[in-house]
Amino acid sequence: MTFSFRSALCSLALLCALAVSAAAQDLASFEKRITTKVLPNGLTLIVCERPEAPVFSFWTMVNAGDANDPGGQSGLAHMFEHLAFKGTKDIGTTDYAAEKVALAKVEETYAAYDAEYRKRVGRDETKLKQLKADFDAAVAAAQKYVIPNEFTEIAEKNGATGINASTSLDSTQYFWSMPSNRFELWAYLESDRIMNPVPREFYKEREVVMEERRMRSDSSPVGRMLEQFLATAYVAHPYGRPGVGWASELSQITATEADVFHKTYYVPANIVIGVAGDLKAATVMPILEKYFGRIPTGPLPEEMTTVEPPQRSEKTVTIREATQPFYIEGYHRPDYRDPDDAVYDAIGDIFSNGRTSRLYRSLVRDQQIAVAAEGFSGFPGVKYPGLFSFLAVPAQGHTPQQMRDAIHKEIDKLKTTPVTDDELAMFKTRSRADLLRGLADNQGLAEQLVAYQMRYGDWRELFRQLDRIDKVSKADIQRAANKIFLESNRTSAMIEFEGPKAPAQAAGGAK
Amino acid sequence: MTAVLSLSTVCSVHAQQAQPWKSIPIPQLNAFHPQQPKRIALPNGVVLFLQEDHELPFVNGFIEIRGGSRDVDPAKAGLVGLYAEAWRTSGTATKNGDQLDDMLEAKAAKVETNGDIDSTSVGWSCLKADEDQVFAIAIDLLLHPAFDNQKLELAKQGAAAEIVRRNEDAGGIAAREAEKLVYGANSIYTREPEIATIGSVTVDDLKKWHDRTVVANNIIVGVVGDFDAAQMEQKLRQAFEPMKKGIQLVAPSEKFSGPKPGVYFVDKQDVNQSNIWIVGLGTERKNPDFYALTVMNEIFSGGFSSRLFQKVRTQLGLAYSVEGAYGASYDHPGIFRVVAGTKSASTVDATQAMLKEIDNLKTQPFTETELQNAKDQILNSFIFRYDSKEKILFEQVKLEFFSYPPDYLDKYRAAIEKVTTADVERVAKKYIDPSKLAILVVGNSTELGTPLDKLGKVETIDIAIPMPAGMEAPGGKGR
Repeated sequence: MTFSFRSALCSLALLCALAVSAAAQDLASFEKRITTKVLPNGLTLIVCERPEAPVFSFWTMVNAGDANDPGGQSGLAHMFEHLAFKGTKDIGTTDYAAEKVALAKVEETYAAYDAEYRKRVGRDETKLKQLKADFDAAVAAAQKYVIPNEFTEIAEKNGATGINASTSLDSTQYFWSMPSNRFELWAYLESDRIMNPVPREFYKEREVVMEERRMRSDSSPVGRMLEQFLATAYVAHPYGRPGVGWASELSQITATEADVFHKTYYVPANIVIGVAGDLKAATVMPILEKYFGRIPTGPLPEEMTTVEPPQRSEKTVTIREATQPFYIEGYHRPDYRDPDDAVYDAIGDIFSNGRTSRLYRSLVRDQQIAVAAEGFSGFPGVKYPGLFSFLAVPAQGHTPQQMRDAIHKEIDKLKTTPVTDDELAMFKTRSRADLLRGLADNQGLAEQLVAYQMRYGDWRELFRQLDRIDKVSKADIQRAANKIFLESNRTSAMIEFEGPKAPAQAAGGAK
Repeated sequence: MTAVLSLSTVCSVHAQQAQPWKSIPIPQLNAFHPQQPKRIALPNGVVLFLQEDHELPFVNGFIEIRGGSRDVDPAKAGLVGLYAEAWRTSGTATKNGDQLDDMLEAKAAKVETNGDIDSTSVGWSCLKADEDQVFAIAIDLLLHPAFDNQKLELAKQGAAAEIVRRNEDAGGIAAREAEKLVYGANSIYTREPEIATIGSVTVDDLKKWHDRTVVANNIIVGVVGDFDAAQMEQKLRQAFEPMKKGIQLVAPSEKFSGPKPGVYFVDKQDVNQSNIWIVGLGTERKNPDFYALTVMNEIFSGGFSSRLFQKVRTQLGLAYSVEGAYGASYDHPGIFRVVAGTKSASTVDATQAMLKEIDNLKTQPFTETELQNAKDQILNSFIFRYDSKEKILFEQVKLEFFSYPPDYLDKYRAAIEKVTTADVERVAKKYIDPSKLAILVVGNSTELGTPLDKLGKVETIDIAIPMPAGMEAPGGKGR
């Protein structure tokens, strides 16, 4: 609010990024600026030259996310992501040799405490207290060697901005931007944390991640609802688990488990790194080879066996609480490799993109029962079969049931009547424009190139997808709609407002 | 690799731990001469900024108009939001909003209107080939808006939904109530749209607002993209030179005395985490102490290595989200805020840790290392303030809007370089006054553990949403 003028400009910048053309930014022009290399250890590198200003951005993508968390350890991939900022064998410690011994003691004492803590019968509370004291003492002993946040401090001092990472169910990504004369320093930092992460301050960081869970899931009505929605939609596949982890499991993850996860999934062949900016491939490739080439090779992790079985009937979650109403429903769809992937994109665009979209015009503009409505793919992920979802935010005085009925009417129309030529043409024009939406800056470029390289084995697919988009026909849309938008394939969740039960709550209230 | 290894061997003789990163060469940064936009002041007061950028074949522009929600009659709070929405959705005298949607979306182009606290705007974005047509739509919207009652009603529905949902998100409640504590609940910067105030807004109000604000000497235009500046200048002159002058809006003067110190509580029983905001009055960027305060901010809360983050998140593990700054705005005082989210039971512990860090600004001397790290952080990342032609344009427009000198960024850099630990110590002593701060907690009263009154006398804030008779939220009144 205080910086409102700036935010006005920012929103405009977003708007600006929306509409661009592929004309001067086609595959051929990018071929000239992009160099890729697969190192002998299996790690894939992409360098994109964009000499607009003396800066660069990187995007590191690990092909493992919270869908890969072992049973009972939900939230592990995300927990490891936090660990990747805690330093290495050289960074963040006053004496790694001694710290290593102290950290082993932390794990040993934690395991002893944990074994007693988890006893269902005959837990000895006195012993538990002692074991906890032993663990606390071991943590304090290890803490003596820690130089807190030294890893990020080095980056920050050297001008890194936007230092961050994210973990989805599908993958984990790390990124920031830096002045380009710090390229070699970055290559050292990034390769060192991939190769030599140290689980220091692990159990305190677990508390931090618990706070993240409280913020995003527990304390948000929609967050709580989405967690139940996914847990209901999936019976077998880990897409049904919250990425941040169930509170009970997250609160019991150990550094030993994080170490196993790292050894399994952070192997070079499972990682793609992209850099974009004021860089010359001829200069930076040897630097990349020098630093990232030292990471020891390892076997690619095994592919997941679990496939979500077909759904047999609609499943519904209704949350009745004193929060505003909301509606979402989802239909299982194939993963991103499916030949109809672009067809689902078309449906999402026609249903949701802007004020010409069907859901806006029908639910918001004409019936005036919703203030926002959309249909979209990609949730909760794309790597494995995800959901095609529809959501609507009811206008004042309208109910989730009305959202549901109105959405179903639109879906029925899609199944029985071809979309118009204009709608299809608009989708194709906007897709071409949206393609470049993320390419107008270094970070967007690095991200897109890396994501396509990882998903398709070739960054060029970023541009080639336009061919698949161009081939989408009206018949395709009708066919795909009739294939997945079935009652038996539907999971829905809603929040219905229910006022607080006065007597029960009054007792605990502060007022 | 060899160099790194051999050096680490050498180092290990002196120190226990190798520091290989210290030997990595940092070459001179490539020379960079950021391209400044061309500024043209028209006789009627319109100021144009043109920035050529030929990387992509598109053109983006905006018409920034002085006057925003802070300039509105309090009885009509929410007017600017409704105006910004209905302006575009109503369309122009000759093309209604729905027709504009069809025309523009088919070209993957956008023309949008926005409203903010101190300004409104029309923005456009399109392919170079469509620029003439899309710009014509933007200008038509500026000069011949239609303001349709149906679209106003639609905008009101959206605004009403936002009002009844504004107490869903604990973080949002905290941010809003904290600002009210600092500026006052009836300040031009904090007053909230209510069902009643948006209900009173008419099409006539929108037209009056438009006529009052859309005058030549209230307008700054910025265009960036793939065009020829001379031709663009011609086009913009033709569009804007005929515009009439009016009364230029200046920042309304309002005096602020800061919050009434104390502990304030909002009870929200569906959360398990408290949002804690410790707030006071900040300053303006014009303040000569702004630079020393910027360095102080960096040391206090500027990143992973800052005092606040190190303490509350890294050392104590009490929060995921933790931040703060002695805020400075361009034309009115900002807010000094220290913010964290912690589990209900540790609310008092976290608040005390935050208060301690605030106190430490006055008592714990700033070290040369802290100073150097903070300055390195600010100066080495400085290039990201102008690493694209678009950012440079935005910066120049912002400076023009607030009447700051165009070389502000250069001066800023030089001023930061000069800051010493003594400067930081002086401003910390001068501006940080724990006795003038308010503590706000939005949390769950049934889970707090240590009672809040350990921090002081607690005043509960009622955030119930006033609902007019006969208009209730589904299933009950707004909470």
